[in-house]
Amino acid sequence: MNEQRKIRLATCSLAGCFGCHMSLLDIDEKLFDLLAMVEFDRTPFTDIKHCGPCDIGIVEGGVSNAENVHVLKEFRKNCKVLVAIGACAITGGVPALRNNIDLWDCFQEVYLYEGGLEGNQIPNDPELPLPFDKVYPVYEVVKVDYFLPGCPPSADTIWKFLTDLIEGREPKLDSAMLRYD
Amino acid sequence: MGAPAMSNNMTIDGKHVPFSDGQTIMDAALAAGVYIPHLCHNPQFEPHGSCKLCVVSVNGRNMTACTMPAAEDMVVASNTPELNRDRKALVQMLFVEGNHICPACEASGNCQLQAAAYYLEMQSPHYTHFYQPRAVDASHPDIFLDLNRCILCELCVRASREVDGKNVFGISGRGIGTHLVVNAASGRLGDTNFAATDKAAHVCPTGAILIKRQGYRIPIGQRTFDHHNISEVQMKPQEPEHE
Repeated sequence: MNEQRKIRLATCSLAGCFGCHMSLLDIDEKLFDLLAMVEFDRTPFTDIKHCGPCDIGIVEGGVSNAENVHVLKEFRKNCKVLVAIGACAITGGVPALRNNIDLWDCFQEVYLYEGGLEGNQIPNDPELPLPFDKVYPVYEVVKVDYFLPGCPPSADTIWKFLTDLIEGREPKLDSAMLRYD
Repeated sequence: MGAPAMSNNMTIDGKHVPFSDGQTIMDAALAAGVYIPHLCHNPQFEPHGSCKLCVVSVNGRNMTACTMPAAEDMVVASNTPELNRDRKALVQMLFVEGNHICPACEASGNCQLQAAAYYLEMQSPHYTHFYQPRAVDASHPDIFLDLNRCILCELCVRASREVDGKNVFGISGRGIGTHLVVNAASGRLGDTNFAATDKAAHVCPTGAILIKRQGYRIPIGQRTFDHHNISEVQMKPQEPEHE
């Protein structure tokens, strides 16, 4: 008997709050149904650090620094279908509120004026990824195949979208599932 | 001269739509229960014709339904895949031109730009965002003015001029630099006679003009477009304004 190969799925959060991941977990007992159909590659659930060849990659969050770009490009290279999930991945979202503020002004406000435990200094450890002047939606950096809006999309919306995709249907959200907030 | 006052020979998407003299295609459509997407049009004010969402095909030529007078024998197509694709592209351009961050906006759920995007099944803004710096004016004691969300529909301009008789707002600049201006030497809303009870404070289709201290009184999920399609809401004649 040919056992059907499981769909391989990777997820990550760039400049996001992991709220979309929480909403994915919110499918509750359907997680067992999901696990019957997919196996996870890189996700915060498996703690695998790099994305290998996958069928579906789901990206939460916008692109706010150099590390985000590396992760995103690795996903695009390895995933046959790339999905941008949530307002941040699709528009930049709440992190993009900083896009109208000069980066240096942001840094001063956050690190210099009030100060922290280590005094008033802007972190400059070489391990830290370089921040960008703006937060960008993922489709402005790589090609995105599908968009799943919402802040976050509800568990039902994510389930409908994923089951459509996994079972080979063109994902279709009904009007009650299409929300930007 | 024997000509009937009421003509009956216009069709929209094959449906017979009656109209009377002086009515636009939009007027006749709304009266007949035929929805044509629109943002800058509000039946309470003179048509503006700027958002172009209501563009329909009239005998094969594209026209804005809100400004084009209805006429005998017109064959109008509105709800077609081609026109809806163009409408979606227009809405997407509005999204990338301003700074429309729905999860951080008090108007979310009551916003007609957002609702039009839902109606047109916009999955993403598609185009490259401008992320233009735009001003927020909180100088007025009762009203916020957030130009990040302004779509230049001029409804506040029209309401202030035609209903309130105050001329508080205007549009200035050209091209991408076009922006709403406030009629005060300082340019600040707080230095005008604008009042929260003015009509102009309640016609903004987005969250550009907001009444202060009303934030999130109605939770997200219980707002107008959380439960109603924009076509139902905009077809209701003279719907009451939300507080």
